[in-house]
Amino acid sequence: MGNVMTNTVDPSEVAKFEAMAAEWWDPNGKFKPLHMLNPCRLDYITTQIAGEFEKDLDSATPFAGLRILDIGCGGGLLCEPMARLGAEIIGVDAAERNIPVAQAHAAQSGLTIDYRHTTAEAMAAAGEQFDIVLNMEVVEHVADPLAYLTACQQLLKPGGLHICSTINRNPKSFAMAIVGAENVMRWLPKGTHEWNKFITPDELFDLMRNAGLNPVDRKGFVFNPISWTWKLSDRDLSVNYVTAALKP
Amino acid sequence: MDNPVRVSILQSMNSDLLIVGGGLNGPALALAAAQAGISSTVIDALPTQTRTRNDFDGRSYALALASKRMLAALGLWKQLEAHTQPMQEIKVSDGRVGDAEVFLGLHFNSAEIEEGPMGYMIEDRYLRTVLLDAMDSNDLITHKPESRVVSQANNASQASVTLQDGAVLTARLLIGADGRQSGTAQRAGIQRTGWGYGQTALVCAIDHEKPHGGVAHQFFMPAGPLAILPLPGNRSSIVWSETEENAKSINALSDEDYLAVLRPRFGNFLGDIDLAGARYTYPLNLTLANSFVGERLALVGDAAHGMHPIAGQGLNAGLRDVAALAHVMSHAARRGEDYASPQVLARYQQWRRFDTASLAAATDVFNRLFSNDNPLLRAARDFGMAAVNAVPELRRTFIREAAGLTGELPDLMRG
Repeated sequence: MGNVMTNTVDPSEVAKFEAMAAEWWDPNGKFKPLHMLNPCRLDYITTQIAGEFEKDLDSATPFAGLRILDIGCGGGLLCEPMARLGAEIIGVDAAERNIPVAQAHAAQSGLTIDYRHTTAEAMAAAGEQFDIVLNMEVVEHVADPLAYLTACQQLLKPGGLHICSTINRNPKSFAMAIVGAENVMRWLPKGTHEWNKFITPDELFDLMRNAGLNPVDRKGFVFNPISWTWKLSDRDLSVNYVTAALKP
Repeated sequence: MDNPVRVSILQSMNSDLLIVGGGLNGPALALAAAQAGISSTVIDALPTQTRTRNDFDGRSYALALASKRMLAALGLWKQLEAHTQPMQEIKVSDGRVGDAEVFLGLHFNSAEIEEGPMGYMIEDRYLRTVLLDAMDSNDLITHKPESRVVSQANNASQASVTLQDGAVLTARLLIGADGRQSGTAQRAGIQRTGWGYGQTALVCAIDHEKPHGGVAHQFFMPAGPLAILPLPGNRSSIVWSETEENAKSINALSDEDYLAVLRPRFGNFLGDIDLAGARYTYPLNLTLANSFVGERLALVGDAAHGMHPIAGQGLNAGLRDVAALAHVMSHAARRGEDYASPQVLARYQQWRRFDTASLAAATDVFNRLFSNDNPLLRAARDFGMAAVNAVPELRRTFIREAAGLTGELPDLMRG
């Protein structure tokens, strides 16, 4: 496992990383929007994986034997659930400071998770192979989406599952994701998103096909301001949405 | 492993949940959690013999339909059903001593909703023994009778308690199901908001000459409400509220004089009456924990909210907490979340605290409105009851509310 990071960490730094982990995992802290969205994202991810790989979610460790990559793992909000469900999970993040933070929290949770400071492209170049690639809220931040999705495709075994979520590009998503989330609610730091990098579902499906993936499903993540929760929607993909694709 | 010390602590946990309180909500939660594969240790201050005594002590509950569905989902209804009395009708009237029979303002009949009887009466002795048996035969549940918690502690990933014999138990989550004086909540520093009503409930069971026909009655008397709830056979449970001073002097009376005070309050439509068990008094107050959750901690039942028993919603609200917490935890576990984490507990709190605060407030307003002999108020509420009675849709809404079928239902109560 990727213990290189742990072993080079100064023990006096651990307390600092634990404090940062607490911040990542505070349901009312600065990652509150991600915590609110997380159950909905996990419902989609677990249902897709269980369907594709014929796993029973009522068993104790349904994802045992599956090798999963989470790109842009942050504090480990997706990696920890995957590990708990029995998967062999590797979390990668281009932001180096996230790695010891995620490691500190996994230790507190008693979980074994391989966190690495690297990129999808570097992993693909190293020949790593996975049953599932989780690509959540990343594609809208990359410079060359086609090259990036091609790397994701290369990381999959044949028959592997690629789950990708992002934000649609239309006047509503501009209002919700940039004006609403960044300027009004201050959920996200200003400048988190560049609207012209947002991708419509049709564009994303085309990009995935060009990258050698076969799109099989798409759903919306819809925020209900009354119940203050997110729900999956078959029809409303107008702002946040998620897709599933298979490598032939 | 990154941190072998921590991991070994996690593996040495006694169970997933530590439930403080062996009454009704604690065992119900242990059974609901077990269905999701979550193990529990139930810490009960009372000895098992107290819980298994099967002589009738006069205590009983009105189980709402939603609660019945939950007990069925836990596999307990088969053993309970023979001991229950379905409530087919609820009659609500505005009364004064001596003229209670004259006006019957509101009449709810379960024939008006498709789900069946709006509730079931069950004696405490059957409910608690069935829960205890189910707990004892479940491999995921450890029962610790005659055990008192002397201290509790937690960190970000686990909770522990120390018992009076010095034993330390650890789990992922500590549950306070220890009643309205909840020591678990106190030790966690959770404050309560509450107020008294200056009223006391007198509770007893009666034998009566004529059959009750499965009808429950609620009389609104100037001093406070009086409920007559049908038990199996020619027996009923009486919940009767009086001002504190009146209750004190009534309770000091002999059984015969006590009955003499009770009789004229609801007339003689049940014929001759006699006491069928012990008499109880409960001071009426409302107490709400300022938070239902803490780090590695959740409160259920009276520990979270002690309610005015006017609408018989105390146990039903507790079972709803249990079902909601089990729902939130089992869904979290299925998606791989830490079901005892702050984000998951926040969902339980958001769900239940709003429901409970609105029920407590509604019950409070209802009681203040009805415990009053002002002629104007009396005319207004009689008019209001007649209006509700005249509109079938409104009447059905009240029935569904009483049956516990409104609001978002947890999985266990969906039927």
